[in-house]
Amino acid sequence: MSKQYETVIGLEVHVELATKTKIFCSCSTQFGGAPNTHTCPVCTGMPGSLPVLNKQVVEYALAVGLATNCQINQHCKFDRKNYFYPDNPQNYQISQLYLPICHDGYVEIETENGTKKVGIHEIHMEEDAGKLIHDEWEDCSLVDYNRSGVPLIEIVSEPDMRSADEVIAYLEKLRMTIQYLGASDCKLQEGSMRADVNLSVREVGAEKFGTRTEMKNLNSFKAIARAIEGERERQIDLLESGEKVIQETRRWDDNKGVSKAMRSKEDAQDYRYFPDPDLVPVEISDEWMERVRAAQPEMREEKLARYQQEFGLPLYDSQILTGSKHLADIFEETAAICGKPKEVSNWLMVEGMRLLKDQDMDADDMSFSPENLAKLIGLVEKSVINRTVAKTVFEEIFKSDVDPEQYVEEKGLKVVNDAGALRSTIEEIIAANPQSVQDYKNGKEKAAGFIVGQTMRAMKGKADPGMVNQLVRELLMQA
Amino acid sequence: MSILELTAVELGKKIKAGEVTAVEAAKAALAQIRAAEGQVNAFVTIDEEGALKRAEEVQKQIEAGILRGPLAGVPVAIKDNMCTKGMLTTCSSKILYNFVPTYTAEAVLNLEKAGAVILGKTNMDEFAMGSTTETSAYGETRNPWNLDHVPGGSSGGSCAAVAANECFYALGSDTGGSIRQPSSFCGVTGIKPTYGTVSRYGLIAYGSSLDQIGPVAKDVTDCAAILEAIASYDPKDSTSIRREDTDFTSALVDDVKGMRIGIPRDYFGDGLNPEVKASILAAVEVLKSKGAIVEEFDLSLVEYAIPAYYVIASAEASSNLSRFDGVKYGYRAENHDGLHSMYKRSRSEGFGPEVKRRIMLGSFVLSSGYYDAYYLKALRTKALIKQAFDKAFASYDLIVAPASPATAPRLGESLCDPIQMYLGDIYTISVNLAGLPGLTVPCGIDGKGLPIGMQLIGDCFQEKKLIRAGFSFEQSRKYQGPPLAKQWEASLK
Amino acid sequence: MANIISDETIEYVGILAKLELSKEEKEAAKKDMGRMLDYIDKLNELDTSGVEPMSHVFPVHNVFREDVVVNGDDRENILANAPEQKDGAFVVPKTVE
Repeated sequence: MSKQYETVIGLEVHVELATKTKIFCSCSTQFGGAPNTHTCPVCTGMPGSLPVLNKQVVEYALAVGLATNCQINQHCKFDRKNYFYPDNPQNYQISQLYLPICHDGYVEIETENGTKKVGIHEIHMEEDAGKLIHDEWEDCSLVDYNRSGVPLIEIVSEPDMRSADEVIAYLEKLRMTIQYLGASDCKLQEGSMRADVNLSVREVGAEKFGTRTEMKNLNSFKAIARAIEGERERQIDLLESGEKVIQETRRWDDNKGVSKAMRSKEDAQDYRYFPDPDLVPVEISDEWMERVRAAQPEMREEKLARYQQEFGLPLYDSQILTGSKHLADIFEETAAICGKPKEVSNWLMVEGMRLLKDQDMDADDMSFSPENLAKLIGLVEKSVINRTVAKTVFEEIFKSDVDPEQYVEEKGLKVVNDAGALRSTIEEIIAANPQSVQDYKNGKEKAAGFIVGQTMRAMKGKADPGMVNQLVRELLMQA
Repeated sequence: MSILELTAVELGKKIKAGEVTAVEAAKAALAQIRAAEGQVNAFVTIDEEGALKRAEEVQKQIEAGILRGPLAGVPVAIKDNMCTKGMLTTCSSKILYNFVPTYTAEAVLNLEKAGAVILGKTNMDEFAMGSTTETSAYGETRNPWNLDHVPGGSSGGSCAAVAANECFYALGSDTGGSIRQPSSFCGVTGIKPTYGTVSRYGLIAYGSSLDQIGPVAKDVTDCAAILEAIASYDPKDSTSIRREDTDFTSALVDDVKGMRIGIPRDYFGDGLNPEVKASILAAVEVLKSKGAIVEEFDLSLVEYAIPAYYVIASAEASSNLSRFDGVKYGYRAENHDGLHSMYKRSRSEGFGPEVKRRIMLGSFVLSSGYYDAYYLKALRTKALIKQAFDKAFASYDLIVAPASPATAPRLGESLCDPIQMYLGDIYTISVNLAGLPGLTVPCGIDGKGLPIGMQLIGDCFQEKKLIRAGFSFEQSRKYQGPPLAKQWEASLK
Repeated sequence: MANIISDETIEYVGILAKLELSKEEKEAAKKDMGRMLDYIDKLNELDTSGVEPMSHVFPVHNVFREDVVVNGDDRENILANAPEQKDGAFVVPKTVE
């Protein structure tokens, strides 16, 4: 009989903060740029250069800590983590070991067994490393320090998760929280959010944790889920065959679906942390903490409640709209302009979601302006266009953010409200279809529908359907 | 009196008065360098062309009234661990044999703003690790008082250059006595300011929590003027301190009446050369005769400063020097077998024995399992040493101490026993641990004809007291340079 | 000598410090480090219980920089001293197998 195993997972999540400049120098953090064009003596480890802390990094770290129910170390400082690697120009990384800014927090996630707390061991501030580009042709690597010194927070969870689903829920929760705070855009693909998975297995019911491994290089939720499954199986196989799990760092290869140990003889993993003498401690006063707490924007849970209460939106719609800070922003801004939250929600929920799905896009990628959506809603409201036309205009707004008023004008899509023109069109159609007149008079309601359809086609959809309906019946009676 | 015998401030006055031009001063210093360097080797780099060009510019600015400070047009030498844009900066190490910075250290920028003319970069112990300037990869510097003796270190090149009249003043740096001890050995005056007074930006770090740049010159007046020029709050250095009281020349007052001076018994016991002791106590008598109140006291903890220092400085150095890896600048080994072999060979071939010794020690004391026992223990000891000084300064305005247990040793005598060499720093090291200011003034010559220096130690931010006491003392003893300095000058005529 | 430094320790510290020592250097390093540690052990005579480790001499804190981009493209200067460069980047021996 085979044994039952439980997976125990803890996460180390690195998040790039949305500051304009690096953590210890005034270089831009902008993504892209030719190699080493966003660098200076500080972030390239030139002799004699010195770090000076970016205040905004502390503000963001503090905001994330408070939003994740952490205790704040009101006296915190930076330590040097010493190891040699070319992406690390000083051959030490400035990080926090002894007194990290936040500790002992938690977030709540929804699981199939209800709400669960995932503990946060600590959050610390540190600098990112540069990028290594491996030369295909020559036996060398190229070093680009544009990312060197970009501010990160590392969020270290407790080993509280038991499945890939819980891990994804935890990551989604962190992402949402941090996005709402504006502290990062948290894009896994672009590397502004990265997760290392610490995983061990133990027999169900066992008290002690098994030996864990750390998995790196996970850059999508799918890769994380696959890596968790792969590592769980690898460890169980080892235990079943009487071998031991070795505590080590492993690199996940998502294409091959396997991981490989990263350890080498030159990699002693003895980081010789000590307080960085070039930086002074950070003292966070009660006032500072209160200021950050007070400036905390409305978080998802609050928005969710408010959307239902204030706008009368259904729970499901509110969940979708608040599921992306960006989408919620579009919703609120549009509603504020046009004053019709339900209409806005309808457009986003029905047409917006359909287009996202069709084009395999994320809500964060929506790029049209709330002004244009508000204008569109106004056009429908004032019956300048009908709903069918409005849907095609929405597509244009979604695709290329067109000004609907201008677009409708240029394309001649306005509803024809000219009763005279409409009347003569209907009269022509009735004259051409005497059978329908007869059928209608004999009580066949469908015949009126046919005439309405013909009329709409003749009007190229621009006629107001209510008006057409009414006139067709009137004229049929008279015919 | 020749130009070369002038102090920096005297020369500055003559330049301002139009009696001497900046170009003449630079030419005189460069000629002296040509005459003396073969024997002294105080410089790693001499920038004759740059200096003359700069002297011309400065002269124009002085004449135009743009530069008005006391140091405008005065030639200076810079220790080779301070970055100078476009000028080789080696730290006297092979690993930086070709490093030309693209930025200038803040302290040097401040001097440039004051109209300094940089002659070149001075020799030092490799990465400032040493007390003799013998660990330089570019040959040892010799003491201008006796060429068979060391000039001290690590700012040996700066102090020897001032003594040899190869420059009018110099910048040094002091991590454990590196300005005060060689100043004493070379018979010149030097100040190690309160930690944070002079920006460390552009100073290639040895022990970041201890390093401080300071002036080396012929007298206290010069040092006060130089310190006034280089001291500044620098937003690029997080440990820089905002001070309002950097008008140090205002303390050049011949008056020590009522000043309370403490003589730590622990500094004047066994191990101190009797000639040195007698000379310093005689100097104290001079201050006493001018109205200072002198008292003996027990400082305590003196013997713990050196071990604490070597743990802290080596630990910081092991990390600070890890950036020298053959990737971004400096020496890279030709033959290697992949990345880590490149690191190891570049560093092993690039660093000298003393630097390697301290990196090894520093890496060890920080390594897993030893951090608490060594590093934290040393930081706790540092706290106790600071407390001992706080207690002393509750009773005294300043403390008088030797700068070294003896006068300059002969070349080659020190390096064979590192511990013996480290013990020579016993009177200077605590000052760095406690962040205090210290001043060395020459106070005598021993039987071998070598200079003796007296160290004055003040409480944090009390440089002015040191300057006042030092200035008062030197009124009784005019600056005296080594006889060789005159011979070199004469050899050119 | 109270502190005996083993070959393994010297080897290990060499890996941490990225220093490759010759046989003679290793022997000298063992001796030097042992003597230095003996000397440093003098600190154990001191009772430091209850004493806070002092990293900074002055109680300076909260030295910050505002989040404003000041630095522009400085690549030419940054690469000026590179032992080897290519396509605007530093060149190092291949970091992956």
